[in-house]
Amino acid sequence: MRLKKFLIFSFIIINFVSFNQSYSMEPDVFVQSTVNRASEALNNKYSKEEKIEKLKQIATETVDINGIGSYTLGSYRKNISESELREYEALFRQYFLKSFSSRLAEYSNPEIEVISKEKLSETYTMVSSKLVATDQRPEVKIDWRIYTKNPENPLIRDLIIEGLSLARTQKEEFSSIIQSNNGDINRLFSTLKEFVK
Amino acid sequence: MKKFLLTLLISLMLVTNVSADTDGENNMSNKNSGEVKDCFESVNRATFKLNQVLDGVVFEPLAKAYRVLPSPVRAGTSNALDNLSTLVTIPNNLLQGDFKKATVNTGRFIVNTTIGVVGIFDVAEKVGFPEYEKEDYGQTLGVMGVGEGCYVVLPVLGPSTVRDTVGSFANLIGGDPWYNVTVANDTQYFSDFDYWASRAGTGIDFRAKNIDSFNNLEKNSIDFYASVRSLYLQDRQQKITNSKAITETQNDSDWEEIETQ
Repeated sequence: MRLKKFLIFSFIIINFVSFNQSYSMEPDVFVQSTVNRASEALNNKYSKEEKIEKLKQIATETVDINGIGSYTLGSYRKNISESELREYEALFRQYFLKSFSSRLAEYSNPEIEVISKEKLSETYTMVSSKLVATDQRPEVKIDWRIYTKNPENPLIRDLIIEGLSLARTQKEEFSSIIQSNNGDINRLFSTLKEFVK
Repeated sequence: MKKFLLTLLISLMLVTNVSADTDGENNMSNKNSGEVKDCFESVNRATFKLNQVLDGVVFEPLAKAYRVLPSPVRAGTSNALDNLSTLVTIPNNLLQGDFKKATVNTGRFIVNTTIGVVGIFDVAEKVGFPEYEKEDYGQTLGVMGVGEGCYVVLPVLGPSTVRDTVGSFANLIGGDPWYNVTVANDTQYFSDFDYWASRAGTGIDFRAKNIDSFNNLEKNSIDFYASVRSLYLQDRQQKITNSKAITETQNDSDWEEIETQ
């Protein structure tokens, strides 16, 4: 009887594990599926406004906007109040979606091929891809920092284009605004508000 | 008029030079290009504005015109200019102790200059030479352990650092064989014009390849000056590490830190 119980229990556990595995998504597959969605959104059958709306939707689902926001604010986030932090998060989300979608909306039918992936840690995997060359521009190497803390829901945290990190550039840009205004975070807020108008 | 044209060409050459300089710097095991001080920020910002105006009036229109040329013409021009740049890359490979790359690049130069018709066709790539990586004297100084010094924005030439600027002078004092046979010495085969034209061409070629990215970046930046500074320093840093492995050039500690907050 005990053996029977044990076998049933084992069976349930094994099934549970395999059930879980079937829902985890490999970071390279995730990137390829995301770029496929983005390519579809950038199809010229859509107007620019439609493209932007579609890209915002994709970014909301696939990018860890709050994580990037924390990274971008850097050490300044430790010196601001809880309410300022909430305000920052809301502003950053709007800023990010606008900046991200209008950057990408310039491209039409981009062709991106995923090449390889490298696991950096339990939380990060770097996926390498290339934007195929066209008549107007050479091939571009794009690496994706994928946050894998929850393997069932991988999220993009950075795009590294030809070795240049967009998140880091953004972080240094934010820091420059705060520094050149004597550490006043409100000037960053007003700049962000101006941008998202 | 002649003076104006000469100034224009020199300016373009300098632009070129900066974009070429973008190829190397800073061995610093990695990740600290963000630490480079912007000691002259207010002057740099003013120069940056001036360069933007010049770009709008001169360089961007030229780059747009160049982009109208048929793709094979542009590819051939770009290849020939890259081929000339190997003349600076080879001595820098040697100075960095990379004899293997120096040999490969010498082979590349010979093959492309002869079979590739003065470098118009990148035959070396077709026959399996490894991908070409430009090197310059600023990069070599970086590999030797010389720090970047402050970040500077040069009129016309654009972003640089004190070290890169010093490094680029090496081209003018004998470090660039192409400069030596065109400008520095009177040879019957080449004239000063050939040199300045090649530098101008490299500048326009670089600008033309990046028109969309620059416009896009400018439009979507909340501090365009800071974005360009960050991108320039990141680029130099990765070129000095000479690493293709993205994991070696990216700083993970900042990313790990946000997990612990």
